[in-house]
Amino acid sequence: MFEVRIHSRGGQGGVTAARLLALAAVRDGKYATAFPFYGAERRGAPVVSFVRIDGSPIRISSQIRKPDLVIVLDPSVMDVVDVLQGIKPGGRVLVNAREPRDMGGHPACSVDLTGIALREKLEVAGSPILNTAVLGALAKMGIISMESAKSAIREMFSDPRNVSAAEAAYRELAA
Amino acid sequence: MSQRRRLAISRPVTGACGKTGSWRVFSPLIDREKCNACGLCAMYCPEAAISEDLAIDYDFCKGCGICANECPKKAVSMEREDK
Amino acid sequence: MLTVATGNKAVAAAVKEAAPAVVAAYPITPQTEIVEQIAEYVSSGELRSQYIPVESEHSAMAACIGASVTGARTFTATSSQGLQYMHEMVNWAAGARLPIVMANVNRALGPGWNIWAEHTDAIQERDSGWLQVYVGSVQEAFDAVLMAFAIAEDERVLLPVMVNLDGFLLSHTMQPFEVARAGDFIPPLHLPHAIDPAAPGGYGTLTGPEDYFKLRWDIERSMRDSAGVIRETQERFARTFGRKYGMAEEYRCEDAEVIVVAMGTLGREAEVAVDLLRGEGIRAGSMRVRWFRPFPRLDLSGRDVVVIDRDYSFGFGGVLAGSLAAAGGARPFSVIAGLGGQEVTYEDIAGFVRERRPGEEFWFGVNGDV
Repeated sequence: MFEVRIHSRGGQGGVTAARLLALAAVRDGKYATAFPFYGAERRGAPVVSFVRIDGSPIRISSQIRKPDLVIVLDPSVMDVVDVLQGIKPGGRVLVNAREPRDMGGHPACSVDLTGIALREKLEVAGSPILNTAVLGALAKMGIISMESAKSAIREMFSDPRNVSAAEAAYRELAA
Repeated sequence: MSQRRRLAISRPVTGACGKTGSWRVFSPLIDREKCNACGLCAMYCPEAAISEDLAIDYDFCKGCGICANECPKKAVSMEREDK
Repeated sequence: MLTVATGNKAVAAAVKEAAPAVVAAYPITPQTEIVEQIAEYVSSGELRSQYIPVESEHSAMAACIGASVTGARTFTATSSQGLQYMHEMVNWAAGARLPIVMANVNRALGPGWNIWAEHTDAIQERDSGWLQVYVGSVQEAFDAVLMAFAIAEDERVLLPVMVNLDGFLLSHTMQPFEVARAGDFIPPLHLPHAIDPAAPGGYGTLTGPEDYFKLRWDIERSMRDSAGVIRETQERFARTFGRKYGMAEEYRCEDAEVIVVAMGTLGREAEVAVDLLRGEGIRAGSMRVRWFRPFPRLDLSGRDVVVIDRDYSFGFGGVLAGSLAAAGGARPFSVIAGLGGQEVTYEDIAGFVRERRPGEEFWFGVNGDV
């Protein structure tokens, strides 16, 4: 079972990112489950959501304590949240940032999701849409296929710029 | 299955409790002189025993006296039954 | 078409398939998306129901009662505090023998104020005459709502059905989910005692001591008959949609020496604990109770039983454990866990089994100083 924890702030599309990833995994013929931890949601407050991907139905509902992959959509949460808590040995990290950065020695990739979103003018209520672009990066990392990433995006969002943002992230991902 | 009784449903029947007229001890009498046909008595009558033209159906009038009490013209008097 | 959706969206999709004539509901976390989605279906024309936004849950059920007694298919949904506020009408619906279907998203009762999963809200309605099913997955939420209409409206039952799903753990959790066209799986509703302007009647009228108990017996008689109707409906569902459900879901119980009994998502996570324990040589099995009313007969004889109650009845104990003990068999090891969304993992469940003390009660996470 592959376990993903997504760190973001309220209003940045972390929950939708979890759903997109789960849908893409299902389109790859796997089972997946995605759920946020619902605390007191407030715009800007750090939030976390989870995705589990497996070859058989997932029967676990508890939060992910030992992720295989940590996605940090907003690096600023790292000042207040230990995003690497419990990460499995060799667990990977994907950070929304212009350049790669050291993540506790874990294999880390980075991609400027915010820059891509701004370039593609993908914004909602003033905050850049990160969750469709991130799917491209995840495809590049081999978590999901690019083809399923695109169909998941198309199923949920009609604006074609979402797919082009994912393609940009696929290209620009820096290992 | 439908004759099975699953819940209480009462079907309205005239005089469901029989002729409540027998319950009377006092009888309402309308004094046509004083009465201005406002119809309040008919509206208040719990047994709906007063018709539109203010005739009392003594088969069902149970002598509760509400009509007398509500009549703005005091045109209804409660008379002892000489049973 | 396989997609990914939350429990709430699945319930709403099933309601769209069942196409009730009336939906009357009041929003409350974590049920909200159910009624929001249904309202969207109605306003977009995808669902031709009369959606009645009401001023409270008590009114929601009252409106459903008014609609249902005309012979119209009726649905509502609520949670926790809302279900409590609805309590009087919940009982009325059963007494009036109205096949209303309600989704209840299980949530703890305040104070302390808590929006997370707990079964006590629905369990407090266990004596009302409503059938109750607790689901363990998003797909099952969809399937259970479809079946609930068919069961409630069966002339041998004619009792309302409550479909329970864990707050957030299911209502807001996205899982793979197949939308199935209901087609004619749910027969048209024929209510024998529907009101009829041509034959007026007084409903819920004064029923004296010489008649009242007979009508209450008829509710119990229908509750007992409902077990057969449930089995029939579940078999018909399996033939139609290919997914099989029982009164309870057994997992690796055949040679089990100890069985974990639980409801909702904890019942599914228990299966993972069973696999873990089997790996350690402990012959464990699990039974996820789906139908809580009518209460199922479980074959637990000759085995240790660990019951996990995500509920509590003060001054008595876990209600699932108490019910099983009352139904005969060894007194279970009663674990109280998951109240108010307390996190319980398969590792914790495995621990309950390893350290079980039959006949005793254990509050998970509570140690001496609390």
